[in-house]
Amino acid sequence: MIEFKNISKRFDDKQVLQDVSHVMYSGKTNLIIGTSGSGKTVLQKCLVGLYEVDAGEIIYDGLSFTKMNDEEKKMLRQQIGMLFQGSALFDSMTVEGNVKFPLDMFTKDKESEKIKKVNEVLERVNLVGTNNKLPSQLSGGMKKRVGIARAIVLNPKFLFCDEPNSGLDPQTSMLIDKLIHDVTIEFNMTTIINTHDMNSVMEIGNNIIYLKDGKKEWSGNSKDIIFSENKNLNDFIFASEFLQDAKEMRMLEAKGKKG
Amino acid sequence: MSFFSHLGKYFIMLKGMISKPENSKLYWKEFMHQCSEIGIGSLGIVCIISLFMGAVSALQTAYQITSPFVSKLIIAQIIRDTVILEFAPTLICIVLAGVVGSKIASELGNMRVSEQIDAIEIMGINSKTYLILPKIAAALITIPMLVVLAMVLGIYGGRLTVGLSGIISTETYDRGLKELFLPYNVFFAMMKAYTFAFIVSSIPAYFGYYVKGGSLEIGRNSTKSVVVTCVVILFADYILAALLL
Repeated sequence: MIEFKNISKRFDDKQVLQDVSHVMYSGKTNLIIGTSGSGKTVLQKCLVGLYEVDAGEIIYDGLSFTKMNDEEKKMLRQQIGMLFQGSALFDSMTVEGNVKFPLDMFTKDKESEKIKKVNEVLERVNLVGTNNKLPSQLSGGMKKRVGIARAIVLNPKFLFCDEPNSGLDPQTSMLIDKLIHDVTIEFNMTTIINTHDMNSVMEIGNNIIYLKDGKKEWSGNSKDIIFSENKNLNDFIFASEFLQDAKEMRMLEAKGKKG
Repeated sequence: MSFFSHLGKYFIMLKGMISKPENSKLYWKEFMHQCSEIGIGSLGIVCIISLFMGAVSALQTAYQITSPFVSKLIIAQIIRDTVILEFAPTLICIVLAGVVGSKIASELGNMRVSEQIDAIEIMGINSKTYLILPKIAAALITIPMLVVLAMVLGIYGGRLTVGLSGIISTETYDRGLKELFLPYNVFFAMMKAYTFAFIVSSIPAYFGYYVKGGSLEIGRNSTKSVVVTCVVILFADYILAALLL
């Protein structure tokens, strides 16, 4: 579980985050949603310590991350996996090299055991037989899956995903969402996803926080969103007529079930 | 950003890279990889430049010594001393600032922009120690070796030229090389080589590591790193000459 209280962050004159508080639960896919520039990525980078917060506290399983020294933060980070927006795979390494990198760095396992573990994880993300391919030889969706494999190879307790569906077709996006959702449950991880993909919000949003101009505007789950009367949230989520119609249909369905 | 802000950030980067490696085996592998990239990768250009540097020095020295009262042995001595004292350490390191420095800056810049450095940090690895320290250590090992090679090839280039063009015989050239030789000059050249090796690797690392923006900024920072490295090398060259000669 990750709890953050009154997080604020400013870059020069721009207040990017202001008094943001929320709790992210383990075994659930926790989503941070909002328009571009609303502070999602900055919040996520603050949570993993890539940016220092100006005010507020971040607590990982009861331990204050903001009060930790560099060495303690380093130790905690070994329990964190992260999938970056652009996958951030190491260009000079093969798929196997990328996934094996954390194992090489932090375990004393034999080479054969590491390879076995790599193959297991690659199988988990449906990338069997791609071991010797370079990142430049992979499609966008495959890169994301390698990123997920690398993030989960050490069985982390916390998984961060920064816009995992950006640049992917709807079908691949759904596969990635399902994969993240499944590994979250399988490994009982606290997964935090930054997204503005509405499909992800509706399909895997167990615990959602909506940011607007750096402030927490709304929180709930994918079912609550349908009935939310928050105008900003509705304008953001149901931006197109198609989505507005879908919302109305879902509401009618829900009313019908109640009736 | 002011000069002092850059200087402060540069020293913070250097301080930040001094930490215990998470896995010394992997760091060793990275160090060896960098030795190969910097040392073997620059071998060809260093050989070509050194041979021509010695050859041109031989022709120009012979052209300037016209007096019949000056011993021809002095041609070999001038070539030897200019190659050892200046050409091999300074010229080679300025060339390496372009070859190695731009590569370091663009490699780290690309890693920064594509979030690979963030990925390393998130894994709990000190990215400065893992990415910058092996590059500087490899430069400190391989660049002085390249400078020694440049000295040998430069002097040999001069020997080939004087022999082929008939300026003096190769025996006279060899005799001239041995006369009035000061071993301190080699020590001085090596001091320069180590200093310049550190400059050639650390300044581009700074410019690459702290890139902000996209591919345009990677290119800009890479060029800036080469320019700054060359200027700092020349400045350090003057300081070392003033202090040690």
